[in-house]
Amino acid sequence: MAETTTAKKTVKFIVSRQDTPDAKPYTQEFELPYRPNMNVISGLMEIQRNPVTADGSKTTPVCWESNCLEEVCGACSMVINGKPRQACSALVDQLEQPIRLEPMRTFPVVRDLVINRERMFNALKKVKAWIPIDGTYDLGPGPRMAETKRQWAYELSKCMTCGVCLESCPNVNDRNSFIGPAAISQVRLFNAHPTGEMNKEERLEALMTDGGIEGCGNSQNCVRSCPKGIPLTTSIAAMNKDTTKHLFKKWLGM
Amino acid sequence: MKGNSYFSRKLHSLLGIIPLGGFIVVHGLTNYQAFERGPEGFAKGVETINSLPVLPLLEIFGIYLPLLFHGIYGLYVAYQSNSNTGRFQYGRNWAFTAQRVTGVITFVFVFWHVYQTRIQVYLGNITHEELGSTMNHIASSPLMFALYVIGVLAAVFHFSNGLWAFLISWGITIGPRAQRISSYICMGVFVIVSALFILSLVAFSGDEFKEAANAALTWTNIG
Ligand code: HEM
Ligand code: SF4
Ligand code: FES
Repeated sequence: MAETTTAKKTVKFIVSRQDTPDAKPYTQEFELPYRPNMNVISGLMEIQRNPVTADGSKTTPVCWESNCLEEVCGACSMVINGKPRQACSALVDQLEQPIRLEPMRTFPVVRDLVINRERMFNALKKVKAWIPIDGTYDLGPGPRMAETKRQWAYELSKCMTCGVCLESCPNVNDRNSFIGPAAISQVRLFNAHPTGEMNKEERLEALMTDGGIEGCGNSQNCVRSCPKGIPLTTSIAAMNKDTTKHLFKKWLGM
Repeated sequence: MKGNSYFSRKLHSLLGIIPLGGFIVVHGLTNYQAFERGPEGFAKGVETINSLPVLPLLEIFGIYLPLLFHGIYGLYVAYQSNSNTGRFQYGRNWAFTAQRVTGVITFVFVFWHVYQTRIQVYLGNITHEELGSTMNHIASSPLMFALYVIGVLAAVFHFSNGLWAFLISWGITIGPRAQRISSYICMGVFVIVSALFILSLVAFSGDEFKEAANAALTWTNIG
């Protein structure tokens, strides 16, 4: 970055803007005063305080979503310098400038950087990513989970439905009904649980429908992109094994 | 198959290996006889295949129908994919795109190749025994030779990388280590099977296969 004569350090952002869900996207440049330890969210907050573009014209503040600010909720996911990731854990000092921000366009864009991740929640409903324990009477305690297994399953439970894996997947697009890697890994998690296991066939069968596990084409981008380091491709292959077994069992009437 | 693409995709995957993958390996080995043993060896290989019982049925149910299903459904699968190798430049992501591109190349190549060879036999333009000189005619034109090398490499890559994907789709290789080792083995398969085909193309371009070239005159216009 070329320093200005005043030697005042600045940060340059190029932000993709979109006024309504159907509007055409356009980009705007912003030049903000640098502060130590800035992240992308604090940059966006600065733009919100002073919505003036790099060439000095006033504009509307950029819209984005964020909640936890510690990379556990997934709300702030966006494409930063070409890679989908969380804005709250994207430190300006570690990013190449100008910093380019775009929404994750695999999802419908609501406005600017705000997207609608509803399809992911629909996918979780489709595969029944929960454990049904409600009844009309107290069913008592369920079976215990071995500690070693719990530690292993904990890794899978870190998924925050952020959508980064769907954004990186070449098979998640509007010509394809693939539900994406996250929900498949959740089936593995809930099927590993001693109580959840009691309904495992239902979840496997959900994966064996249109848009289910067959949608995976093994590009393996998901596992390299997941901010939580979830072993998505191992989960997918493990569910391939379980659905295959289930398929043969059903055929043989076992 | 509306409502459940799971079964169509499973069938697509299975047919890619059995019978199509099996066929491509046997085909490579038969052709390789041309390199190893010359025209007589190749003629023997063709004869062995021709002496198989119920050959027309084997051809229809073991090759043509599986190829049509896998090929046409494969075009649909390829249509349903994006390519994002610009943003995600990982080897496996390149292989994902290559699997689709080589599928399309294989589609075109296989129909063209079957037209030049098997269909000419059906039409009565050439006999089975003349296939060696037919191939000589094709392989001795530099342009055809190059197109055949491209077609063969695309088909063999598609098969080898497809084998790697097949092992995952059926839940055989699960962890990253198993998938890495299987990728080395599949790369080995790619090199070996490609070598079989390319060496046989080299053999076909040789003069030993030229005899009976007159018989091939009848179809020179197709080349
Ligand atoms: C004729 C034209 C062909 C087309 C258009 C085609 C297309 C495709 C496509 C798009 C895939 C990717 C599926 C996925 O990963 O989700 C695929 C997979 C595969 N193809 Fe083909 N293919 C063709 C011919 C062949 C032939 C001749 C063979 C055998 C030598 C073959 C063997 C395979 C195998 C083994 C797979 C992997 C299956 C899996 O993912 O489980 N294909 N094909
Ligand atoms: S699996 Fe990883 S990348 Fe995918 S939604 Fe969950 S946390 Fe995000
Ligand atoms: S704000 Fe929750 S992950 Fe960034």
